[in-house]
Amino acid sequence: MANTSGTLRKTALNAAHRALGAKMVPFGGWDMPVEYSGLIAEHLRVRQQAGLFDVSHMGEFEVVGPGALAFLQRVTCNNVAKLSDGQAQYSALPMPSGAPVDDVIVLRRSGEHYLLVVNASNIEKDFDWLSAQAPQGCELRNLSDDYALLALQGPKSQSILQRLTRFDLPGLKYYHFAEAEVDGHSVLVSRTGYTGEDGFEVFVAPGGAEALWNSLLETGREDGLLPAGLGARDTLRLEARMCLYGNDMDESTSLVEAGLGWIVSLDEAKGDFIGKRVLEPQKKSGTSRKLAGFEVVGRGIARHGYPVYAGGDPSGSVTSGSFAPFLQKSIGLCYLPTSQLAVGTEFEVDIRGRRVAARVVPTPFYKRSQ
Amino acid sequence: MYPQDCRYTKDHEWVRVQGDQGTVGITDYAQKQLGDVVYLELPELGRSLKAHETFGTVESVKAVSELFAPVSGQVLEVNSALLAKPERINGDPHGEAWMIRVRLADPSQLAGLMDAAAYQAYVDSEAK
Repeated sequence: MANTSGTLRKTALNAAHRALGAKMVPFGGWDMPVEYSGLIAEHLRVRQQAGLFDVSHMGEFEVVGPGALAFLQRVTCNNVAKLSDGQAQYSALPMPSGAPVDDVIVLRRSGEHYLLVVNASNIEKDFDWLSAQAPQGCELRNLSDDYALLALQGPKSQSILQRLTRFDLPGLKYYHFAEAEVDGHSVLVSRTGYTGEDGFEVFVAPGGAEALWNSLLETGREDGLLPAGLGARDTLRLEARMCLYGNDMDESTSLVEAGLGWIVSLDEAKGDFIGKRVLEPQKKSGTSRKLAGFEVVGRGIARHGYPVYAGGDPSGSVTSGSFAPFLQKSIGLCYLPTSQLAVGTEFEVDIRGRRVAARVVPTPFYKRSQ
Repeated sequence: MYPQDCRYTKDHEWVRVQGDQGTVGITDYAQKQLGDVVYLELPELGRSLKAHETFGTVESVKAVSELFAPVSGQVLEVNSALLAKPERINGDPHGEAWMIRVRLADPSQLAGLMDAAAYQAYVDSEAK
């Protein structure tokens, strides 16, 4: 669906968001809800009960055919051969430089059928990149317009979703997915998310999205389910130290520098892949800088783009930074030289002309108790 | 809807005048635009402000907003309780969340500000 008019694209839930009184903002060309009842209330609700997000703007590609596995092994950094049917993995599409085109989730439906979930802002870029890598023995299809995506996240999400499906949710492990019937809709349910909580991402046809959204909100009411917007989505993922492509990594940062060496597979079964030549030595010997988590020690909030000074010298800028509603402190991420990465190391952030002390802390900043 | 005893600026500050002093804060419209307020910076006591000069910043999770002096004057009092609990700006922007009190340097400046009805009309047109 080409957007030539310059107007914002809308998900299938646009009217539902407006009916709920959402504050709407443009995001990557889409008209999206940033908050409904309030960012902090929504953030806390996800940590303590559950929140429901519309992330239908995200992209989905299909790779189908006998050559699918070999193609995906070549164009992603994680080991696709580790996946069994119904399993998913966090991964990235590396460039020869070792920097990512995008971070993605790879889902294996069968040995010859995979789904890739990609960032909304990179749908066209990713599809063009993957097409240019000349898939052999498989077809690459952009199915983004065929899926709406609802993310139900929080400790209560399983009990809420279970009321709408006969599918055994306790049996669905983390980073696994399945076809199921939920509230009469044929969907994919994936036990994945971007909040650091237990939760589910439900892929549904756009025509059924509004009915499913409303059913979830209705059935979830007794558990305190609230609709939650992109504002809370960003603060939740930051507390869980999940990267945001475009902020924490881009085409100038290697995956190892971004702290994602754990999704770069050097297993023999993985074989060669784009960027391995750079990423392998980096995994083995390290890099001169790395993405570090920090806490602001002084007064103020360190935000994206604020200059960083490590050991007195300029060291790039804050890649992501915010007041963290659950942790009740100012936290952020920035690239620091390897010599300045030890937990407890102090450095400075320039907060609108004022140098404020910050300290390297372990990440994730928040981890859910099992 | 907006308190009748105040005057308002285009940047959504209010000033309530009592004698030669004015108490300043931001309006309900402003706090709604900001979202959940998490941080506030206010000036030192005794500082002299000129109308339209920045006297502090208010921050929500997502945004930083400067605070502009509606009138010229010297800062007599700062709401330090508000500095500790800036979220009160969302709850009671026209009352408990007053920010500073100043001695007016030039009361004639008030004539250039909007009254409650004019401010309501201004806000209604902004919302369109």
